Amino acid sequence: MSTEQQLSRQEQQFMDKIKAEEKIEPKDWMPEKYRKNLIRQISQHAHSEVIGMQPEGNFLTRAPSLRRKAILLSKIQDEAGHGLYLYSAAETLGITREELIEALQSGQAKYASIFNYPALTWADMGAIGWLVDGAAIVNQVSLQRTSYGPYSRGMIRICKEESFHQRQGYDIMLSLVNGSPEQKAMAQDALNRFYWPALMMFGPHDSESAHSAKSMEWKIKRETNDDLRQKFIDQTASQIEFLGLEHPDKDLKWNEERGHYDSGEIDWEEFQNVINGNGHCNRQRLEHHIKAHEEGAWVREALAAYNAKKQANKSEAA
Amino acid sequence: MSDNIKAATQEYATRLGDDAVVLGHRISEWVSRGPFLEEDIAYANVALDYIGRARMFYGYAAELANDGRTEDDFAYMRDDRQYQNLLLMEMPRGDFAYSQVRQLFIDIYYNLLLPELVNSKDDTLAAIAAKAIKETRYHLRRSRDWVLRLGDGTEESHHRAQAAVDSLWGYTHELFDMDETEKLLADNGIGVDTTQLREAWLKHVSAILSEATLSVPEDGWAVRGGRIGYHTENLGHVLTEMQFVHRSYPGCQW
Repeated sequence: MSTEQQLSRQEQQFMDKIKAEEKIEPKDWMPEKYRKNLIRQISQHAHSEVIGMQPEGNFLTRAPSLRRKAILLSKIQDEAGHGLYLYSAAETLGITREELIEALQSGQAKYASIFNYPALTWADMGAIGWLVDGAAIVNQVSLQRTSYGPYSRGMIRICKEESFHQRQGYDIMLSLVNGSPEQKAMAQDALNRFYWPALMMFGPHDSESAHSAKSMEWKIKRETNDDLRQKFIDQTASQIEFLGLEHPDKDLKWNEERGHYDSGEIDWEEFQNVINGNGHCNRQRLEHHIKAHEEGAWVREALAAYNAKKQANKSEAA
Repeated sequence: MSDNIKAATQEYATRLGDDAVVLGHRISEWVSRGPFLEEDIAYANVALDYIGRARMFYGYAAELANDGRTEDDFAYMRDDRQYQNLLLMEMPRGDFAYSQVRQLFIDIYYNLLLPELVNSKDDTLAAIAAKAIKETRYHLRRSRDWVLRLGDGTEESHHRAQAAVDSLWGYTHELFDMDETEKLLADNGIGVDTTQLREAWLKHVSAILSEATLSVPEDGWAVRGGRIGYHTENLGHVLTEMQFVHRSYPGCQW
């Protein structure tokens, strides 16, 4: 059998598995593009968890009650944990964490652009939990069925914790809207600033999305950007109403025929603008990450040196 | 409970709450700034333990005060001169060695103090101590491991760890001071006599520092004042940051 024939047979088997909804596991043969596509997506997801610690970490020391401070700490701890699972899932595809971090710091790998928006008030902790984690969950629920085994299993674990995150965000908003007029205004302001960027988290329209078609065929992605976004718009509309806040989308209207809300157009120019580096925090987020990493270099070196000494002592004793 | 014992117990719970909230604040400053991701998780976890501890101690102080104040009033509505945390807690986060050495000193201290407090005649203090002791054992495993690694790692890490030991040492003496309030509680089997803990603490600390190839500083330099609200300039900045949102919107629920 020629190499070509063999390859096409492997590809056929791979596609058969995908079609049968069987999971692809690390040791299975997979097309190189499938592997690369997964590394891109999983690492982007991991980096988002890690960079996402910054805007919330920014309020850890200012949380207005001890209870909220404890909940926020617990949430950020979960996020770092998610970053860890996801880096591990990416590592099963033959890339190291060091390489992944380097790609983040050089700007070659991306993280969710939502974190380039600044967290300015305590209400932003509510809006981020409710809307940003909320949008992430809609996406992640669908990714529980993704074709790559380690990613799928990671998503199942992560989804359980994310729903707690969204609830705690919504709960912050509830306290604010039931509080003083200043608190309610703070909640409205946070909603206004985070609503549209949260919609952008689902990525460009399907017709404009660079990676969508192949990812759908390989079942890395299970639902399209626009379908997921619609789910989020639908679920969020009633939540905004329940809070008694004004909906930021003036064109939002229930469409009886479709059974969904019709909504106003997203400002894609702003989306591109922020992705391309002109958000308030693009540079800050990366500089913060690089600074922490560089300041930690001597600690990692010390750890390696200590372990090497212990190892040497052990071999000497043996 | 007699009135003077009750007042002393309230003050004692407040002090232990102050220690926990200020240290928790400092540790939380590390989140997203650790040398690698696992350390971010560990820092968030330890900070969470201390914030939890602060809530329990303040909650009890509020219960004893019985004047409508809540745990948040204790944390957010008191100033520098009213806070009675040990100075060691408020020192800046410093570098990784500084934070781990501070943590080692504190973890060994609590590993001696909490097993005594578990036997307190005050059931609430005993219950809080019983919960905290489990966390503190884990904290000590981590800070001990790190001090060993840093002390006996590279030349740079050794140097940084020794510098941390030297610059924090002067703040450890007041951990073992007792004032009238604490004496009264110790005499009545409610509080812990910390003067009795120094010898064991020093022995334990010295053993770890020695294993880490670090030297124990000479005694002689000692800074005191936390328990009477006579702080370093660091605390004011901690409180400014911590209390800003809470105080900007008086009387609000969050």
